[in-house]
Amino acid sequence: MIDTRTPDNFEWRFVLVAMGILAVGVTSIYSVAPGPAPAGQAPLYAKQLAWILIGTLAFLAAIAIDYHKLARHAYVLYALTLLLLALVLVMGRSSRGAQRWFALGPIAFQPSEVAKLVLVLVLAKYFADVQRAGWVQRVIVPGLLMLPGLLLILKQPDLGTAMSFSFIFVSMVLVGGLHAKALGMGVLFTSMLFPFAWELVWTSLHDYQRERILTFWDPTIDPAGKGYHALQARIAIGSGGLLGKGLDEATQSRLKFLPEGHTDFVFAVFAEQWGFIGVLVLFLLFAALIFLAAEIAFKAKDPLGLLLAAGILSMLGFCLMVNVGMTMGIFPIVGIPLPLMSYGGTTTVTSMAALGLLLNVKRRRLTLFY
Amino acid sequence: MSKFTTQHEDFKNLQRRLLYLRLGLLLGLLLLSVRLWYLQVVKGTYYRALSEQNRVRTVDLKPARGLIFDRHGELLANNIPSFNLYLTVEDIRDREGLAAALEDLIGLPRAETKKRLALQAKSYLPIMVKAGLTLREAALIEGHRLDLPGLRIQAESQRNYPQGPLGGHLLGYVGEVSPEQQDEPAFAGLSQGSIVGKAGVEKTYDQVIRGTAGEKTIEVDARGNERKTVEVVEQTPGDDLYLSLDLRMQQMAESLLGEEAGAVVALDATNGDVLAMASRPAFDPNQLSRGLTSAVWDQIVSDARHPLTNRALQGQYPPGSTFKIVVASAALESDKWSSDTKVRCTGAFPSGNHVFKDWKKGGHGVMDMEQAIVNSCDVYFYNIGHRLGIDAIAETARWFGLGQPTGIDLPSERVGTVPSTEWKQRVRKEPWYAGETISAAIGQGYVTVTPLQMAVATAAVANGGVLYKPRLVRAVRERSSSHLREIPPQDRGTVPLQDRTFALLHESLHGVVTHGTGGRARSKIVEIAGKTGTAQTVGARPVQIGTNQDVPKQFRDHAWFVAYAPADAPKIAVAVIVENTGHGGTFAAPIAKALIEEYLKVSETDDRHQNARQF
Repeated sequence: MIDTRTPDNFEWRFVLVAMGILAVGVTSIYSVAPGPAPAGQAPLYAKQLAWILIGTLAFLAAIAIDYHKLARHAYVLYALTLLLLALVLVMGRSSRGAQRWFALGPIAFQPSEVAKLVLVLVLAKYFADVQRAGWVQRVIVPGLLMLPGLLLILKQPDLGTAMSFSFIFVSMVLVGGLHAKALGMGVLFTSMLFPFAWELVWTSLHDYQRERILTFWDPTIDPAGKGYHALQARIAIGSGGLLGKGLDEATQSRLKFLPEGHTDFVFAVFAEQWGFIGVLVLFLLFAALIFLAAEIAFKAKDPLGLLLAAGILSMLGFCLMVNVGMTMGIFPIVGIPLPLMSYGGTTTVTSMAALGLLLNVKRRRLTLFY
Repeated sequence: MSKFTTQHEDFKNLQRRLLYLRLGLLLGLLLLSVRLWYLQVVKGTYYRALSEQNRVRTVDLKPARGLIFDRHGELLANNIPSFNLYLTVEDIRDREGLAAALEDLIGLPRAETKKRLALQAKSYLPIMVKAGLTLREAALIEGHRLDLPGLRIQAESQRNYPQGPLGGHLLGYVGEVSPEQQDEPAFAGLSQGSIVGKAGVEKTYDQVIRGTAGEKTIEVDARGNERKTVEVVEQTPGDDLYLSLDLRMQQMAESLLGEEAGAVVALDATNGDVLAMASRPAFDPNQLSRGLTSAVWDQIVSDARHPLTNRALQGQYPPGSTFKIVVASAALESDKWSSDTKVRCTGAFPSGNHVFKDWKKGGHGVMDMEQAIVNSCDVYFYNIGHRLGIDAIAETARWFGLGQPTGIDLPSERVGTVPSTEWKQRVRKEPWYAGETISAAIGQGYVTVTPLQMAVATAAVANGGVLYKPRLVRAVRERSSSHLREIPPQDRGTVPLQDRTFALLHESLHGVVTHGTGGRARSKIVEIAGKTGTAQTVGARPVQIGTNQDVPKQFRDHAWFVAYAPADAPKIAVAVIVENTGHGGTFAAPIAKALIEEYLKVSETDDRHQNARQF
């Protein structure tokens, strides 16, 4: 049963906030590479606009199909996703030592981005079904559910997405209602395992990942080398000052001192151009989105809706925190895009579909489904 | 949770935990805002400076140095375009790779590159690693520029001396200002890498011909490519110099010296203009101005013949018999001697337990003053020295400007030595011995002079006593106004001799050439007056056997000749020294004669000198 009412005020606010963030993203992407693109290529901002258009379709579709119906197919969807993650290791395009993308003609498709959203769906479905179960069913089983996805992503390797994956899992386990006692045991268990896990993780990391983590502590050790990204991002943000340099004078991004200005470091571009005041406005937009999403989750009709909304909230929130944090030098640099702002097809469409799912949950809170 | 929990309570629990998630995220945003405040507001200025340093590079626009001309407008120094290679340390990604690439591409040794890189303290300022790239080298580097960030080729002007080594000593050469020079007031405020004069006129007049450097501020991208010009302060070229030097005379003087070490100074006797100033062996200022490798530099500096020394004003030689002009003047001005005083020369003069010999075995017979000068009779002057004492001679020598700087507009002039009792006590902490006066009377012993001092003294004798300050630069043309500022001739007073003393000197010195020791200087076209000299080389010469010719070259005497002409109305004064050749009359006099003839022939027949007055 589909809700056919016209959007209410709440929904307008939600859509406006999301559009605001998207617009900021497109502007920043535009400012990194203004002027004509290399021959035969569309400019990045135009491509991003096209992605947002496709994302809008995904957004509408995610509103339209009842989330209960979606949840019924969660395990199938998750299985398909795992298949894609396995396939990308075999058939994917590799670049810079990682194999994360499917090359579909001119576009690159990154299944791990979609996997995050599917994980949210499948965990929401699972926890909604095992509401009254014990801690084994609440931690171990969903852990095993999550593990193959996590391992496949680590195998690419994609540290950033793997971290998102883990965070989604942990936060949904917590929201899903883990006993305080069980939580304590979990922490104890993890800390006991930590030395072994650390050894395992550290040795399995690629050299560049280790260097990123090491130089994170002090990017000035080797300003022209591994710490370059981190340092240039800090310079970009810091030099923006209180009021920013404006679009033309943002030399860090315009003159390409800041690497990856249109993707992972888009926040630094914005911060350089608009300064502290501008970023506060952006943060207010994100905070508004968090509030609205949390309200949707809070007012969800059933545990499935709540968990779904909470999962989406933690997925987007984690990406926001880690991306901005790494740009400002309080996290190591891992490849996590800034939701709704970074350039990228898969991330934009996935994030917008996630927003659609939130509205889906909101719309169905008052209607009787059965 | 107990098993009694209702489904509703379960849902409430979910909602409660959800609020923690929301709280966590908002706290996270708050934390990020604090960090943002720190980066943008607290450290904003710091990071702004870093970003400016990232994007802005300043490039010195080196001014073109002023041109240098001789008295007839012949070009002595100009500037030619040159491709210079610069490195900006900050833009370099891989030092080792870069040094290796430069060695491959243009043969610049790796160690040299790294040494230059290590010198640069300010990593964002470009530093020159090689000047004067060939077109091929420049093209090779341009072709590899994308792989070698931090490199920049700049077309700049390079100092050029079209005459090659000719006049190298007086022109000097240029080079990058050294850290020691930057401390001197004359070079204060110059940026590192500025080109300044290192020697010669280039150094003395550096502030005049240097010009003012400009500065171009450019914006570069992350690869070090120039994106746009932010600001340009144009450079101003330096002023031009017009020397009193006569290029033809200089050419002649240098070629007459040939491969012999020595010096020639020719002055305009009427105003002290330096017409020629040669010093051999010479060096090519082009080579020194283009940035030498340390190996070549070491070779030049360690050359036993000291090519960098300007012997004309840094070579201190015993004046030999040319000093008799001074001693004769001292005698004639004293009441102990007159022009008629006669001495019988037997070829030897005993003093204490030593016998001083005349250069002529058996002696000259009875001599008066004029005959003694014409024949360069040593015994006659031994007697003068014995009678006058060293201090009277020293005083007269100082009248002639000996023992003092001539004040020529060239750096690092030496002053020689005019010994006296006071001098010996002060410098040697010993009393003066009478026998030392005897040597000094014929220009040996402690007396030393520079060829330039002798030329100035000779000019003073010629012009009746005016002691001119040698003038090498006659005029400066200011680039800004095209105004020609003349530097007037200057004198340092007069030599206080009586007219009859001058008359006797003129008569005698003319006689030296017409019927005396300077016969080789006799000219068919002009009457020349002069004085020969043979300076014994300092140090332990082996016991002299036979003639000078049999002695190893480095122990042979230096040949002196000082002269002026025309004898009755002097226009030019010349001092010549040829090291380790022998008698002045034989080796130095012909050089002076040739120069004088060349000068007077042209000034009689050619009106270029008159034109030269107008520049």
